[in-house]
Amino acid sequence: MFDLYTRRRITNLVSLGISVLTMAFGLFWLGWILWTLLAYGLPHLSLSVFTQTTPPPGSTGGLVNAIFGSLMMTGLGVLIGTPIGILAGTYLAEFGQRGWLAPLTRFINDVLLSAPSIVIGMFVYEVYVVKVGHFAGWGGAFALAIIVIPVVIRTTENMLRLVPNSLREAAAALGAPQWKIINFVTLRAARAGILTGILLAVARVSGETAPLLFTALNNQFWSSNMNQPMANLPVVIFQFAMSPYDDWQSLAWAGALLITVSVLTLNILARVLFRQQSTHH
Amino acid sequence: MPTFLQEASHKRQALLDILFRNLTRLAAFTVLALLGAIIASLIVGSMPAIHAFGFGFITSSEWNPVTDQYGAWIPIVGTLITSGIALLIAIPVSFGIAVFLTELSPRWLRRPLGIAVELLAGIPSIIYGMWGLFVFAPLFADHVEPWLNDHIGTWPLLGPFFSGPPMGIGMLTAGIILSIMVIPFIASVMRDVFDVVPPMLKESAYGLGATTWEVMRNVVLPYTKIGVVGGIMLGLGRALGETMAVTFVIGNAHELNKSLLMPGNSISSALANEFTEAVGELYTSSLIELGLILFFITFVVLSLARLMLFKLAKSEGRGA
Repeated sequence: MFDLYTRRRITNLVSLGISVLTMAFGLFWLGWILWTLLAYGLPHLSLSVFTQTTPPPGSTGGLVNAIFGSLMMTGLGVLIGTPIGILAGTYLAEFGQRGWLAPLTRFINDVLLSAPSIVIGMFVYEVYVVKVGHFAGWGGAFALAIIVIPVVIRTTENMLRLVPNSLREAAAALGAPQWKIINFVTLRAARAGILTGILLAVARVSGETAPLLFTALNNQFWSSNMNQPMANLPVVIFQFAMSPYDDWQSLAWAGALLITVSVLTLNILARVLFRQQSTHH
Repeated sequence: MPTFLQEASHKRQALLDILFRNLTRLAAFTVLALLGAIIASLIVGSMPAIHAFGFGFITSSEWNPVTDQYGAWIPIVGTLITSGIALLIAIPVSFGIAVFLTELSPRWLRRPLGIAVELLAGIPSIIYGMWGLFVFAPLFADHVEPWLNDHIGTWPLLGPFFSGPPMGIGMLTAGIILSIMVIPFIASVMRDVFDVVPPMLKESAYGLGATTWEVMRNVVLPYTKIGVVGGIMLGLGRALGETMAVTFVIGNAHELNKSLLMPGNSISSALANEFTEAVGELYTSSLIELGLILFFITFVVLSLARLMLFKLAKSEGRGA
């Protein structure tokens, strides 16, 4: 019917058309989900969300205890996980040329990076919650720290590898010992990149629900005691969304909007920051 | 400076060097210890269930807290089926997106579109779950599932998989939402491996008169085969372990149905739903064994993914 050239051209056009469609398909879901969040979340986002604690069903309230709990646990999780991550990433990039430890760690770390977070929650439950006998905010912070570590290791190593070797050699030629070279030259040169990694880790962790279910659980009241069960946004959203009460569901939407906006803002911020740094070089 | 002072300073610096190196080594070792601890604690925790049920745990489809009989077959199958559906949709779509981003998109659009795809990966999974339950599932039940019932449901071979009451929640819905969640992971790996194809190869094919599609199909894809498969495995690893989104929409029914429109269960959603409410040692321990199985499966899949990506990077001569 068609000659070879026309047939090839048609195949090409059709498959490229499909490629454009798949891109639209991906963007369509993103748009739909964001639109849903705005449509359902914005009307319920009032001042009381930030000033009142989570209500019993049938009365008004807010999410302030959950927001506070999320901030505490995310903050502490990042605070615990980041130093370990940066040090381990430094080892992989600066000392990792020889031996068995570095390649093995790199491999295990890449696997942990995508490991199911619910299993990490179970692990913390087993080794912490069972031992202390009750759910606690610290458990949540530990679980989040375990998720933070692989993210920070990965970006730290990548960023340190981008630092040109001539910088290290120049410092060594001036007689600086290795710990000074790493701390004052290479880590400093990679600072913005590492900060990007930390921001991405915060973004990754702040939406995590599964590991908190078994560790921090939830608390209906205001609590700043890390040794007690602690309210946090993801678990509150989960419980409220699954509940049959309308006012709980509206609060869940408001919380969902809050979480998504902060996570996506962090994501974009991290990328912009990294881009600025890489254009400086 | 007198020599003895200089020597003392040298010694101090050398000592600090050793200290610093070992501190970083300790941190790297922590990662290994963490993995070991996770595996060990899961094995210890599931010991009672392993003793009680042995290997039969994996193949038994019993799940009854009243009689204390547990088996992992239904959640395992549910996990595999939902992840399978997810890959079936996500692989072609991710390939299309990667082709668009590397070959077709105007240069100025590449970055924003790349970021948009990555934002899809950034949305927390609980949001996918809520959206799936409240927005997607009702529409799916009203418009898509009746159509599936009427058309594909009557086919001889595929029919039983697509017939059943249109409830919105179920394996198929879970699989579709999972596919949206893994598309960004697979697409960004594919885009990255397509980018490493030497321009010379592509240009020679173009020079011989190949169309864009032929270049993708016959030059780029064969060259990056291992990396593409690695990216798919990475997506599979994500899909297998995904918890919250699936928990919202799979229906959490401990039953095995031929129909994909019926509710089912997956390992991770069983854990999310039952773990904090489990009473009794055997119940908890069976759930922990489920977690162990999930960790084992994802560990194998993710390891294979990394090995493949590593192999591609190595043949690229760029190291890992």
